[in-house]
Amino acid sequence: MAKVIYGGQSYECGEHSVLDCLTAQGVVVPSSCRSGICQTCLMRAVKGEVPERAQEGLKPTLAAQNYFLACSCFPQSDIEVVLPEAGLNRLAASVASVEYLNADILGIRLHPSRPLEYKAGQFINLFKDKATARSYSLASLPALDEPLFLNVRKVPGGLVSNWLFENLKAGDELEISEATGDCFYVPGNAGQNILLIATGTGLAPLYGIVRDALMNGHQGRLSLYHGSYDIGGFYLVDELKELVRLHDNFSYVPCVSEGAAPKGYVQGMVLDAALNDYPDLSGWRVFLCGNPNMVHAAKKQTFFAGASMREIFADPF
Amino acid sequence: MSLFTDIGGEPAVNAAVDIFYRKVLKDDRINRFFSGVDMEKQAAKQKAFLTMAFGGPHNYTGEDMRRGHAHLVAQGLNDTHFDAVMEHIGATLTELKVPANLIAQAAAIAESTRKDVLGK
Repeated sequence: MAKVIYGGQSYECGEHSVLDCLTAQGVVVPSSCRSGICQTCLMRAVKGEVPERAQEGLKPTLAAQNYFLACSCFPQSDIEVVLPEAGLNRLAASVASVEYLNADILGIRLHPSRPLEYKAGQFINLFKDKATARSYSLASLPALDEPLFLNVRKVPGGLVSNWLFENLKAGDELEISEATGDCFYVPGNAGQNILLIATGTGLAPLYGIVRDALMNGHQGRLSLYHGSYDIGGFYLVDELKELVRLHDNFSYVPCVSEGAAPKGYVQGMVLDAALNDYPDLSGWRVFLCGNPNMVHAAKKQTFFAGASMREIFADPF
Repeated sequence: MSLFTDIGGEPAVNAAVDIFYRKVLKDDRINRFFSGVDMEKQAAKQKAFLTMAFGGPHNYTGEDMRRGHAHLVAQGLNDTHFDAVMEHIGATLTELKVPANLIAQAAAIAESTRKDVLGK
């Protein structure tokens, strides 16, 4: 008989769903339709096999992180589950290198003290002290066994970013959380076109996602737009140009929103530039990262341009 | 459940959500009620609502409907706005080539929530 493990307790599941099993024991799991449709009873498996049926209809990024619907999950073997908001574990990491990527952005590479499971484009929390943390996206690829690669923008008055800019050096130890977030590439549908739009350090997750897609042999178009006020805001330019050289299906368009744009740059807002090039996004996958105003506007505009809500992945910060 | 099956079940709901929500957000008569709302969470609610309208499983109560829309009623949500939403449900199903008799059944289910949604 399969058991459901939750909150350190083990429950006999019998022929019941995980939802019925837990609620019968007094565990509060939010639920509504109880038919695998409304997705209110979303949970995540941290150990054990999730039956395929329990992930029907879920966003692929959620399924890839072992999220499932408790009402339609009938486990065949023991399964340990948590509610989606359950806290992330912390671990130590040592600083491998620190470098300026441009005048305002620091590239930090970290070696976690134990292997960290993550997808390029997810984020971790980085702790200044026990109570003060900020989230940073992962631009590195786990498959390449690279150190974790973070891009940190100096935020005026920012507690954590200023501390990192002033103090951090190779060899330092600090604390990070496990990775989370659902802005990442899921293999499959390799011919699908993908639009990626970033402002500022929103480039970090997209740099990871682009390389992840290319490494997985993605065949569809990968069109990356990076927006900045002026030329000084761009970074990883040489790396991106090298990817353009190596991959016919990848394009990189830096957009300058204020002032003149030199050759090789587009003048204008990054979202306008992308939609001007691709007015019909039916069937496209879309990634949006960076300034919250841009991300929210872009969510709406790319949805209006035909992208399905289920295919739009966004991370405002 | 037979209406739900006839309309095409969950895949039909998934197809309908995007079309329906796009219409709602583009409609200046009603889109102010959706400004500032997280689009993804809203899409999930639309999906639950359409599932119910399509005769699918749900456990909405009139009380939930009242509570969930009370803040919008306070902002002036009225029959004309409800009518606009009904129009979009019909147009969405027409676009998906659902037969007229099934559209009428779905519309009747959606219509049955009017009093609760408008807090009457």
